[in-house]
Amino acid sequence: MKPRVLVLRSPGTNCDAETAWAFEQAGGDARFEHINRLMENPALIEEYQILCFPGGFSYGDDVGAGRILASQVEHHLRDVVVRFRDAGKLVLGICNGFQVLVKTGLLVPPDDQGLPVTLTWNNNGRYTCQWVNLKRISQRCVFLQGSEFLYLPIAHAEGRFVVRDDEVLDGLVEADCVALRYVNSDGSNGCVPWPANPNGSDDNIAGICDESGQILGLMPHPERNVDPTHHPRWTREEASGPPDGTTIFRNAIGHFAR
Amino acid sequence: MGQQATDSIVSTGDTRVTSAVWHVHLAPAAGRADRRAAALAAEAADLHLATDLQVSTARGFLLQGELAESDLQQIAGSLLAEPVVEIARVECVSGDHPDPACRSDEPVAGPDGEVVVYVLPKPGVTDPEAETALRQLRSLGFGVQALRTVRSWRLRGLTADQVTRLATRLLGNDAIEQVIYNHLVIPTLQSDQTCPFELNTIPLAAADDAALQAISRDGGLSLTLVEMQTIQQHFLALQREPTEIELETIAQTWSEHCSHKTLAGRIEYRDEAGVHRFDNMLRETIFAATESIRAELGSQDWCVSVFRDNAGIVEFDEDTCLTFKVETHNRPSAIEPYGGANTGIGGVIRDTLGTGLGARPVCNTDVFCFAPPETGPEELPPGVLHPRRIMKSVVAGVRDYGNRMGIPTVNGAVCFDWRYVGNPLVFCGNVGTIPRDKSFKEPQPGDLIVSVGGRTGRDGIHGATFSSAELTEHSEQTSGGAVQIGNAITEKMVADVLLQARDEGLYTAVTDCGAGGFSSAIGEMGEQIGAVVWLERAPLKYQGLSHTEIWISEAQERMVFAVPEANWKRFDELCRSESVEATVVGQFEDTGELHLVYQGHTVGRLQMQFLHDGRPPVVRQAVWNPPPQPAAPLAFPESVDTGQTLRQILACGNVASKHWIIRQYDHEVLGGSVIKPLVGVASDGPSDAAVLRPKLDSRRGIAIACGLNPGYGDQDPGRMAASAIDEAVRNCVAVGADPQRIAILDNFCWGYTDRPETLGTLVRAAMACHDLAVQLGTPFISGKDSLNNEFSYSDGSGQRQTISIPATLLISALGQVDDVSRCVTMDLKSAGNPLYLVGRTRGEMGGSHFGLVHNWIGGEVPGVDGAEARKVFSGMHAAIQAGTVRACHDPSEGGLAVALAEMAFAGGRGAAVDLESVVLESCDPQDHRGGDLFRLFCESNTRFVCEVDREREAGFLACFSGLPVVRLGEVTEQPRLVCRGSSGLLLDEPVEELKQVWQAPLDWQ
Repeated sequence: MKPRVLVLRSPGTNCDAETAWAFEQAGGDARFEHINRLMENPALIEEYQILCFPGGFSYGDDVGAGRILASQVEHHLRDVVVRFRDAGKLVLGICNGFQVLVKTGLLVPPDDQGLPVTLTWNNNGRYTCQWVNLKRISQRCVFLQGSEFLYLPIAHAEGRFVVRDDEVLDGLVEADCVALRYVNSDGSNGCVPWPANPNGSDDNIAGICDESGQILGLMPHPERNVDPTHHPRWTREEASGPPDGTTIFRNAIGHFAR
Repeated sequence: MGQQATDSIVSTGDTRVTSAVWHVHLAPAAGRADRRAAALAAEAADLHLATDLQVSTARGFLLQGELAESDLQQIAGSLLAEPVVEIARVECVSGDHPDPACRSDEPVAGPDGEVVVYVLPKPGVTDPEAETALRQLRSLGFGVQALRTVRSWRLRGLTADQVTRLATRLLGNDAIEQVIYNHLVIPTLQSDQTCPFELNTIPLAAADDAALQAISRDGGLSLTLVEMQTIQQHFLALQREPTEIELETIAQTWSEHCSHKTLAGRIEYRDEAGVHRFDNMLRETIFAATESIRAELGSQDWCVSVFRDNAGIVEFDEDTCLTFKVETHNRPSAIEPYGGANTGIGGVIRDTLGTGLGARPVCNTDVFCFAPPETGPEELPPGVLHPRRIMKSVVAGVRDYGNRMGIPTVNGAVCFDWRYVGNPLVFCGNVGTIPRDKSFKEPQPGDLIVSVGGRTGRDGIHGATFSSAELTEHSEQTSGGAVQIGNAITEKMVADVLLQARDEGLYTAVTDCGAGGFSSAIGEMGEQIGAVVWLERAPLKYQGLSHTEIWISEAQERMVFAVPEANWKRFDELCRSESVEATVVGQFEDTGELHLVYQGHTVGRLQMQFLHDGRPPVVRQAVWNPPPQPAAPLAFPESVDTGQTLRQILACGNVASKHWIIRQYDHEVLGGSVIKPLVGVASDGPSDAAVLRPKLDSRRGIAIACGLNPGYGDQDPGRMAASAIDEAVRNCVAVGADPQRIAILDNFCWGYTDRPETLGTLVRAAMACHDLAVQLGTPFISGKDSLNNEFSYSDGSGQRQTISIPATLLISALGQVDDVSRCVTMDLKSAGNPLYLVGRTRGEMGGSHFGLVHNWIGGEVPGVDGAEARKVFSGMHAAIQAGTVRACHDPSEGGLAVALAEMAFAGGRGAAVDLESVVLESCDPQDHRGGDLFRLFCESNTRFVCEVDREREAGFLACFSGLPVVRLGEVTEQPRLVCRGSSGLLLDEPVEELKQVWQAPLDWQ
């Protein structure tokens, strides 16, 4: 049986269709559920192996990106999602979904001073749509197995990953929770000026996974690079292998299809 | 969580306060950048308002409710403040301030030399963020009664005059926002307005002409005297006076905005060929072209629904059709550019949702016309916003709505001309897909009239009639009510349930509430039937609206459905399941009447026939006088540095890179992106058209492009129109679209068309549209016009001045691509490949960018040879389909020189070309220098520059048998643009420098 993927919709979700399509192309059976259904009946989640928070502007990103949906998940579904993960299942948050996961504390738990990390306004102060080079960092993250570099687009206004202080950052690095970093086009890390680091994220962080490696949140959109004609230079360069975004969906499905 | 933000942020002393108003103040935390402050300082410097501005900023919320200190702690610290980067503070603002003089309407600096400026939406103005926050806080059990957003700026070291100018020009907009200085004192956020029922009739029977005109003017009805007389006669025959709501309904329905009475009316047109009388000018030009194309196509006709619904519909594949509509939203954008553009894109998306039984939006387009952004603030006429501010706000408005809707914005253009200073133009387009069998609607008697989505408020009263009138320096004060802010998420939620309800077959008709609100939507839907409407049932944003206001409000994000009674339960359940409000507000009934009821009283009863067909025919005069032709051939300027000219044209606003705009739009959402707006080795070259796959499981694509040349219109509006069509079509063809499957739209934006000379230029343009559309076999499928775009004001000496926009015709094109893997982009690919020029080059320099940068006026405006153009497009398509073309770009503004430069820097390659072989028609062959200038910079239509695969040169040439095609040179590895002509070396420019020149003008931060 194909692994089942719950693509969660909410008011303002808008990357649901292509995200479901990407999971289907990778061999999954993707279904949509509205957050209202899941809050009415949290047991719905048990029919699925993968929970995906897709991109968009949940509740308009009013108050702050992903904030309202995060508050709903926190108040109604937190335990359900934790049990889901503890049962060995996977959670993926893309763009707005990453913002939601961060603000629920599911990726980096709050400490006595509150949430130690957040995603906030890009350094340039505006919504930005462009392609970025990424390097996989975490060895543990289920979604990124076998990948080294990824080329994917970002499209966000509030994607700057910031940490409270260096101690928090060191903790994330030590726990192998830094999933992806923005890198220069030659793959080099360290000093990554704009636009290679498109939003000014601390330590060039583009994605974070939790300590189990089963929950991944990332700002770039893997579902926008799953077709050969998605690549911005497809009319001038020969493709080498499958589009980069497919890795993430194939790893997720493969985790259960094995 | 959020402990750091909540430490001692509230100090009330009380444990529980009864319904106070609280200000939750959210400022950047210590050590965190204040980006709004940096942006404001830069803006203030740009507009010469203040240099080196000292400012700190905060966002915030005003909350009213019964809230304990612990509630406020939690709300501010863990629900509203952004963790890590913000710090929250809460104060009560409903109590008396110790110093009663503190709250002021004047920016009095405090003892520390600081002024705080608070800006908040005026009561009744849509405040989406506050609505969301209020719902969320209530759902968590907090006793919040009302909520509003507020922004604040702490300014130092400025004079009161500087503060006022900053506040009015940058911080707030008086049309929708209120400014409070120094201290917020807000006793309540709640309005207790009520509106007792009153049935007003308007005494028309005894009114003379002057009185009739006064009634129209004072009521903001924009009805002419003849129309008022017709209404008077109608009600005399009925032996009663009209009610206020009846007169308003007629005014909305007959407005220029809703009925296009000028262009779809009788026009007597005179030109050099004599007099031509039109009964319906649009029908006899634009529509007629489509009819003759469809007749010629016969069984191959691929048009499905044209000029009848909210958007035109054409076939795409076996099961699916495409819809396309482009709207103008000019007047609101002049007064409140953010809200105007916001609701412009929101409105055209609703057109898609309201086409047939509802189409799924797949991409947006946006085209703008502004005064030059470098205009000095002191040069502006009174009452207009600075073009730079208009441009930034318009772009933000499209961005925030389009991105939130999750619809990629993929194509557009920006055109600068001083004459747009009082009337900026904002065109918003949307393409949709619709199942073939959902392309038509027909409401049935007995169907319920259901309003879905946003609530009705006082916003947008008189938008339809306002948008048909001229703007003046006082428009901001008098028409503020016509301006609105959109709430994209409400519309997204409506779209989500609409498509589900459509697929379940739950309704028989749908349309959007646009200009004229319920009045237009229900009036149009029920035109062939009749309807009763119970106005008190419409859900309101707040109390206090009169029944007439409910009827004509243009509050956003509303759709009207015709739902059979048997389906109502399921329809309502579906809407509820996604938290969308649906309300029965009336019923269609077989009476031929529009019957308006409020709280049991009949407030209006109009015959549908009078409403829709009763408008008196007016014969308008139009005249075309060709501008005088110069006696002697025009001489070029004495000395022209060709390299410098190229750089100047690349730096012209119209040509310069629009990356600052494009990168703010999500152009890849929905996952179908094939050719992006910026292409090439560094993704920064200007694509001719965007291509996307609207169905993820298909390789079939659509190409979106546009053409716009107001520069040509001053000399020849006919050639301007033909050039715009040619440009839109060739842009589609350049990326690989099939020229026999391109549909186009027209948007005429003109000056005051009651002036025969102005209307004459429009008629001339429409006639040219007809002729070329037929010759190319390219049907018009929809359109929208916006007339009377003039701005009048009193100048310094008290003289009345009027600025009319240049005649502006936007042509938008929707092409189709059989297999997207055949598409090509405009960036040069491989050194050694030959470069070809396809198409005919003529001595056409009129209205050109060469003329613009040299301040040199004259010469012939580019024309189009329709018969040859059809063959060239067909050949170009065959060459691309055959895989012979590696890069293709159309010379337009700036001609061949600009096209080559763009192709080179987009590809990071060079080009070595010799233009001597370019045959130049209608020019003196002995004038080598003049000939080279024409070859480099003339803007002759129907041309393409192609990089051809060197292995397939013969195959390429075979596609152009009998057509003008010439080898120019080849692509080089060395990134220089080297160009020779009959007068010697014309250009030798480093490509990277040309790119910088092209990117710099609009590389805004």
